[in-house]
Amino acid sequence: MPYIPHTPDDVHAMLDRIGVSSIDGLFDEIPAALCVESLPGVPDALTEMEVSRLAAQRAAADGSPLNFIGAGAYEHHIPAPVWALVTRGEIYSAYTPYQAEASQGTLQIMYEYQSMIAGLAAMDVSNASLYDGASALAEACLMAVRAHRRSKSARILMPDTVNPVWRRVASAITEGQGLRLETLACDPAAGRIDPASLAAWSGQDITALVVPQPNFFGQLEDADALTRWARTNGALVIAAVNPVSLAVMKPPGEWGDGGADIACGDAQPFGVPLSSGGPYVGFMACRMEHVRQLPGRIAGRTVDAEGKPGFTLTLQAREQHIRRAKATSNICTNQGLLMSAATIHLALLGPAGLERVARACIARTSELVASLTQLSGVRAAFPGPRFHEAVLKLDRPVAPVLEALAADGIIGGFDLARDYPGLGDALLVCATETRTRADIEAYARALRGILGRPAAA
Amino acid sequence: MSQIPADLRYTRSHEWMRTLPDGTVEIGITDHAQQSLGDLVFVEVPEAGRQLKAGDACAVVESVKAASDVYSPLTGEVVAGNPGLATEPELINKDPFGEGWILRLKPSGGGAAAESLDAAAYEAVVAAGG
Repeated sequence: MPYIPHTPDDVHAMLDRIGVSSIDGLFDEIPAALCVESLPGVPDALTEMEVSRLAAQRAAADGSPLNFIGAGAYEHHIPAPVWALVTRGEIYSAYTPYQAEASQGTLQIMYEYQSMIAGLAAMDVSNASLYDGASALAEACLMAVRAHRRSKSARILMPDTVNPVWRRVASAITEGQGLRLETLACDPAAGRIDPASLAAWSGQDITALVVPQPNFFGQLEDADALTRWARTNGALVIAAVNPVSLAVMKPPGEWGDGGADIACGDAQPFGVPLSSGGPYVGFMACRMEHVRQLPGRIAGRTVDAEGKPGFTLTLQAREQHIRRAKATSNICTNQGLLMSAATIHLALLGPAGLERVARACIARTSELVASLTQLSGVRAAFPGPRFHEAVLKLDRPVAPVLEALAADGIIGGFDLARDYPGLGDALLVCATETRTRADIEAYARALRGILGRPAAA
Repeated sequence: MSQIPADLRYTRSHEWMRTLPDGTVEIGITDHAQQSLGDLVFVEVPEAGRQLKAGDACAVVESVKAASDVYSPLTGEVVAGNPGLATEPELINKDPFGEGWILRLKPSGGGAAAESLDAAAYEAVVAAGG
């Protein structure tokens, strides 16, 4: 679609036609007292040349460190064709076109993406993506409240093993809408929720239980037992999952007796670079019985008037252009560009390739943990099965250790002190398939050197 | 021209009401309403036991081109939602005043009923493009 700007003549002609003297006149219903003349703290505009230079300097400051941090965003190898294709003009827009069916290719990408996500999660239906994992979790909580019509409490049980950033975002989005997110504390010795601890909530009106898998610590929750508790107690189950793990683990649709109701998460591991924190892309899938409460766009496959196959947006009566204030969500645009990257990434890997990635991640993290815990002053915090992250306990505060590692060009992990002060000196580490044995040895060598020095007083 | 049975009461928002022998009131949408909506693909009916006030949105009818709320003409408790609509929303298209009923309500008497119309008055609303 061409970009055709309005010329000053066009603008004058339009203003003349409606009898308004200036563009500002279109907004004169806004009281002057509410208009902001300047934005303190926002710097003046820069030229393209200045912005390019600034961005290059900032990028150079990042350097190319050896990365052992996960904590919700993961460094994976992205095959070269992914972004070569995504940056083509036909795809390089984040917007669903208004006349969607004129863009059959865009709709087909959505449809393929939805099919892959639904397949991975063993769910009936997926939407065409959301902003990111954190907002997807918030949307899943809102959706559960809409979908569970017998529950009147709007209470969601939220384990503290869910990504703390996701929990903060979910609170910010949902609590103003009357939801109550009740924190479910994990077993501090196991780093996961003890299903028996849910007995304290049995018999109460709980709308939904969130089950993170793997959880923020990389530990595997007993998703079957947690799902069974929810089923028995009339609560829906929201699965918050790492999609790479689904290549090797039981998918949410098969948990417990009858599976989760909604699965959500961040599809960033599929073809989306870390990019200093975003943009990423959220996914959400559900059982067919809940589809009318699913937010976001859904592409469907159909046949045209001549019987030829084609793609269309479907179930649009949920959406804001039809349902206005009662729409299931105000998210109508989506992360189309990143969703396209995820689709192409998955198509290139295929099921076997994705499984190899997942197994390599597990193996690398096991090697990392084995290597680092040989050092004096380092031990694994939790036993039990994990995916591609692990919590290590150090014999001294984590922050100075991470600073010293950074000086050696190593991002050594995520300091859990702020979000989990009860865990003590705890460090969350991750190794994906991109970390080689040599990388792990380099980390262990650097850490040995740092821990060999006396701890700062 | 749509059907407007003479023995029912109506609302300006195109619901109909039929008082059953046991005193409960059956509620649906009119033939005119279903014709305007087109082929229905989904109906969300209220749960039994739900307390409704006159004017509350109590059901959603979704067609291929729109989704609309159905408003309760009366205050009372929902006795039943039509279970058949879950799998056959088209019952409303085929038989809006019969098998296509949406809910049954036990009026509580409390709260003024929304303005209800007889068939002639409702016909005038439809004729006026209401």
